Amino acid sequence: MNSPEKITKVSIIISKGSLEGIYPGLIMANGARAEGMDANLFFTFFGLDAIHRNRVDHIKVATVGNPAMHIPTLMGALPGMSALATHMMNKKMETLDIPPIHEFIEMIADTGAGLYACKASVDMFGLAPDDFVPQVKDIITVGDFYDLAAGGQIIFT
Amino acid sequence: MTNTIGGVEVRLDPEGFFEDPSQWTREMAIEMATADGLELTDRHWQVIEFMRREFAEKGTGPTVRVLGKASGVSIKELYQLFPKGPAKTAARFAGIPKPKGCI
Repeated sequence: MNSPEKITKVSIIISKGSLEGIYPGLIMANGARAEGMDANLFFTFFGLDAIHRNRVDHIKVATVGNPAMHIPTLMGALPGMSALATHMMNKKMETLDIPPIHEFIEMIADTGAGLYACKASVDMFGLAPDDFVPQVKDIITVGDFYDLAAGGQIIFT
Repeated sequence: MTNTIGGVEVRLDPEGFFEDPSQWTREMAIEMATADGLELTDRHWQVIEFMRREFAEKGTGPTVRVLGKASGVSIKELYQLFPKGPAKTAARFAGIPKPKGCI
């Protein structure tokens, strides 16, 4: 392909805590490393659940307020609906060789990408460094993030 | 397009991946790696040979996840061996088509 100039670095912000809010950023970060680009991941607001020790294994699909689910909103609110949709989606992803979020986080850290938690969100939720999976390099400010992102593209998800 | 590697004409796609894996030789892998500034060690060869076996069995190159689980080389080390991306680089050196897929 004749792209004018290759992207050599991306910094991806993950701000949502639903399964469909977390995966795209992870896939893009992993894909960036696979193409030989530098990649950073910055988790903010509910996106922190993706790197939260006790929450990372319990990420769910949002079945309410999501018109693309193609089920009536009230049905999406039924008990077990989100668990069912999550289970189905996880099963499908496993067949496509997309890892569960916890394993994906470990894998992306192993590729050499940097994983960071947003300080403002960490303070807001009253979290501490111990609350995060060990792959998280640091809790950083938005200013630190811009420094890390210098010279590359920023993607907000 | 055709290109000459190790004095032999081979068919490559525009990104330099082999179109016909049977044209590949080990000498070509060494020449491609040298052109990329890499010296192939036993660990590189372990990955390259795994790629060729996987391709022969499944018709497609493995993902990084499969490489990390089954090649005997961890994902961390894979990225040290092939800094520009292990799945793609090793597939190119191994003379197999570019791996498809997003993971």
